[in-house]
Formats: sequence, C-alpha cells, structure tokens
Amino acid sequence: MNWSLIFWNALYTGINAGAAGYCLVAVGLNVHIGYTGLLNFGQAGFAAIGAYAFAIPIATYDWEWYWALPVVFVASILFALLLGLPTLRLRADYLAIVTIAAAEIIRLFLNSVRFTWLTGGTDGRNGWTGIFQDLNWWANDRRFTMGAQAIDGYRMFMLVVGWGLVVAVSVFLWALMRSPWGRVLKSIREDEDAARALGKHVLFFKMQSLVLGGLIGSIGGLWLSAQKQSAQTGEFATTLTFFALTIVVLGGLGRVKGPIVGTVIFFFVIQLVDNVLEQATRRDKLPDWLVDSNNYSQVKYVVAGLILAALVVFRPQGIFGDRREQVFDVR
Amino acid sequence: MSAEPATIDVGAGIVEGRPGVPKPDPILVVEEVRRRFGGLTAVDVDHAEIQRGQITALIGPNGAGKTTFFNVLTGFDEADGGRWRFDGHDVAGVEAYKVARMGMVRTFQLTKVLARLTVVENMRLGAGGQLGERIWAGPFRWLWRGAEQDITERAESLLARFKLDHMRDEFAGNLSGGQRKLLEMARALMTEPRLIMLDEPMAGVNPALKQSLLEHIKDLKGEGRTVLFVEHDMDVVHEISDWVMVMAEGRLIAEGTAAAISGNQDVIDAYLGAHHDVDLGAMDQAAAIEELGLSAQELGLDQLQRLHEASEEELG
Repeated sequence: MNWSLIFWNALYTGINAGAAGYCLVAVGLNVHIGYTGLLNFGQAGFAAIGAYAFAIPIATYDWEWYWALPVVFVASILFALLLGLPTLRLRADYLAIVTIAAAEIIRLFLNSVRFTWLTGGTDGRNGWTGIFQDLNWWANDRRFTMGAQAIDGYRMFMLVVGWGLVVAVSVFLWALMRSPWGRVLKSIREDEDAARALGKHVLFFKMQSLVLGGLIGSIGGLWLSAQKQSAQTGEFATTLTFFALTIVVLGGLGRVKGPIVGTVIFFFVIQLVDNVLEQATRRDKLPDWLVDSNNYSQVKYVVAGLILAALVVFRPQGIFGDRREQVFDVR
Repeated sequence: MSAEPATIDVGAGIVEGRPGVPKPDPILVVEEVRRRFGGLTAVDVDHAEIQRGQITALIGPNGAGKTTFFNVLTGFDEADGGRWRFDGHDVAGVEAYKVARMGMVRTFQLTKVLARLTVVENMRLGAGGQLGERIWAGPFRWLWRGAEQDITERAESLLARFKLDHMRDEFAGNLSGGQRKLLEMARALMTEPRLIMLDEPMAGVNPALKQSLLEHIKDLKGEGRTVLFVEHDMDVVHEISDWVMVMAEGRLIAEGTAAAISGNQDVIDAYLGAHHDVDLGAMDQAAAIEELGLSAQELGLDQLQRLHEASEEELG
C-alpha cells in the first residue's frame, strides 16, 4: 500500500480547485440555511446557472468573458427572484420543495437533446476557460508537487485563486453577518413572526438572503466547471446540494469558518476512504464479499457516510458551533 | 338585568359603560371588523375604541376571539372586512411590519424569544430605523457603529429596569418562562410603541414575577403609552386596568370599569352560560370545572363565586 500517495492525494482532494468551488457553493447555502433558516435544497440550480451562464455566451456565442460575467449575476438574481417571490411568503417546507424541483428542471433542460446546440447537452460545454489560462501567472503545464501528489500549473492557479475567492467572500460575509443586517437574518431564522412584530420587512430580508447566497453559489458552480475546463450537467445533480449541506452542517451552521473546514474534512475523508479501498481491493487485502474492485467506489460512500455521521453525532453543533445552542429546541 | 352603566373619568370627560362606546381621545378606532374561519365567525366587532394613555383589558372566555382580534388588528391575520384606524391612520390590511413601525406593537401569547440570539441582541433587534440593517451598509461598521452604541445603551437600561441585566449575554433560549415574558415586553419597548398590545402577559408566570410585571405595565402608562392586554386572571384585571372590554363568541358584549364588569349580567352569562344559577358556593374547583367546562378552570373558583354572588345580588 502506498500510504504516502493515499494521504497526499486525499489532502489534495480536500484543498484542490474543485473543493474551493464546492466550498463557495456551501458558503452560499450557509447564508440561506445557516443564517436565515431558508431551506434551499436547490443550490445545485444556482451552481449550474453560474457555470452555464458563463460558458454558453463564450462557447456558443463567442462573447468576451467580461460580458459573460454580468450574465452570471443577472441570471442567478433572476433565478432567486423566480424561486422566492411565490414561495417566501409560505412555510419553509414549500421553499424546499420548489427549489429542489427548480434545480432539477434546470439540469434536465441543460441535458436535453433539443437544446444541445445551446448547452452542449450530455457532452457538456467546453472551450470557454481561455480567460483563466490567460490570467494564469504560472505556465499552464508547469508541474508542482505536494508530497507524493503532482499538480499542473492550471489547477494550481485555480486552487490559489479559488481559495482566495473563498476567503474574500467569507470576510465579506463575516462583516455582514455581525452587522444589524445579519442580526435581522438570524432573527428570521429563529422566529419570523417575532421579527415582523418588531417592524422588520421579513420578506425583503429573505429575498436579499436568497439572492446573496444564490450569487455566491453560482460563482462556486462556475469555479467547479472552470477547474475542469468543462461545464458538465452531471456535476449539478441534487447530490451537489446535499454534499454542500453536509459540508455546512459538518463545519457548523451559521458559522463563517464552517464551510471552509467542512469542505476540507469532507473531501479528505471521502478521498482517503476511496484511496484505501481502491488500493486494498487491487491488492486483494479485503475479502470480496465485503468489497471488490467493481464496487469500492459505492462502498466508499457508505464508509465515508458512517465516518461523517459519527462526527456529527459526537459534535452535533459542527466543528465551530456553540454547544449551548443545541440545548434548546429552536423549532 | 344588566348592571348600572358604570362610568369612567378619562380626564377629558365621563364615558358610559356600554359596548362600542365612543371615547374622547381614542388611539385606536375599530369599525365592523369581521374574521371568519369557514362557518365560524371568530371576530365580529361592530365598533370599539381604545382610549389613549390608559390600560385597557380585553377579557372573555376561551375561544371568544381575543387573540384573533389582536392578530387582525396588527396585520398578522387578514380580516374579511372592516376598518380600523390607529392614531388617525387607516391601518386595515396594512402589513404587520408596517403596523409595528407606526407604533402599534404586540407581543404573543406563546412568547417568541429568539432562542439562539443573546438577550442583548434580542433587545437591539427591536430598535427601528437602523442604517446597519441595509445590506449595503452592513459590511461597513463605521456607518452604524454610533447608532449601535446608542441602541445598546437603551437596551441595557431597559434590561436593568426589567431586572434582566445579569442575563445580558446569555442565549435567550436559556431564560425561564417568566424571564421570556419580561424580555418580550422589554424588546417591544425598544420599538418605542405608542400602543403596546400584550397577549396574555401573565400566562405561566409565577406570583412573584407577576407582581413585578404588573408594575412594569403600570409604568408603561406612566410613560404615556397606551396598553391593551388580553388576560384571564381577574385579579390582574382588577388591579391595573382602567377599562375592561369583554368579548364572547367574537362580539364585544360589554365595556366598563373592572368593578362594573364583575356584576354585568351579560358577562356572567358569557362565562357561565346556562349554568349560572347552579349553586357554586357548595362546589369545589373540580366539581365546578365538571359542571361548567373550561371557563371555570380559567377563572378559578373564587372568581366564579364572586361573579355568582354579584349576580345573586342583582337578581335578588
């Protein structure tokens, strides 16, 4: 067993450019669920919009990237308004139902045969990441090493800039959430009627939260696709939302640092289990009735799920949560 | 049959005790407000006025529509019809947050403290017109720092007044039931309300705390605020209210001073129904509840007997 590669590869997976993209998606979701109590189960929809609203103008219509970027913002704001206007007046559960359905509609549309000319369909959309290669201050084919793990120049650039974005967004959110604005969001999470009785325009604040978290999620989706140099619909299935939710809960709901540490732990654990099982089955170290080379990638989610469940059982408030908050039932 | 029309000296004149009576300086005027749930008419008030600067109690048996009336007036529920004016402004159909901003602020029967915010954060939230609540101003602390300090000072002095200052940095979820009632009232005061509407402020509060809550409510009047409160405990109503309104089956059936209301035949009928001639004097609490249903449980046997005696005298 190559333990050095197992460890370094798992660590790299925890901090690579893709993890940074996931982290942004989770940071956005944390604004919704952690701070405002909005049960958005359609964060994958925002992420898909982020990737495709950038990829389609460039790859299909030959736009410059600086015209495509505003399209990302406008599209995700419109999506937030579309989701929010009919549902934010209703109970939280309705938002959950509507968002999960809306995200699937978007994914199925992007995947459809009829619009393959626009979206690339099942092939995805490629050839729109030139701007990132141009911006890269390293050579795109330069080799970096991190322990036993090799990293090329493009991925290193996307890693550094991606986490830079995470830090910038997190600092912004930290400043925003300690403000009276953040206090209103938290009061809506606790009891929106109480906030209303004190003269707060609850619907307006919820809308702002939905738009802000959605925007951050769409940048995350853009990053997720950009580091792969391809927008693929498979990336934006409901699992993306639930991975992001796991990350947020792991790190601590409503904590700025939560999604960052949650992301690293989440992907480190999954990749570590994956690497161990892969090498063990290849070398016949584990009995075939338990796991074999055909099913280890499914078994890894079972094992990783158990580990993550154990983490949450022993630390229900998440890594950065305050245990005192768990004492009283909030709903 | 009914009691002598009781009167009240409201400073600007004498008001007669009958349902829907006009008052010299009303802060809230309600006209023909209806709220139906399917076939049930929960609220059906033809006319009601709340006198400015006084403590008005709203009483009535369970299911009389008191809380629904509160909800409708404050924009938490939609009326099926009617008009109501707060301080000269038409507030019928106005959204709840706007009603609160105008100075008509309510509390809830089941307290709504924001459990995972600290006590002082609960208080700060109450302050209105905060620049820091704008999303664009939020990240820039220097824009709202000064206002935040003023708000915190105001919050701390209110917390001291309500004897919650030692809990300042505790999560509100850690407060006892009575402390939550105090916090909710203090938080409502952060909005500087002109009319404060308390929905059962004494429910589930121990006797010692009840006395201090009573004093706080009296203080509100001293500050020039108008208080409207729903209450079941007749001792409380007797002690602090200037005026009492009685609702039954959605209607306003009587108004008057607390003393006058106790002897009002309509009120006795509303609470006791057709059983008002049974001999309560010979009953214990359990028997009275069995005989008369929930209203006996709410009022307590002492109160029932007092009402009964009053009605006996009336009849005699």
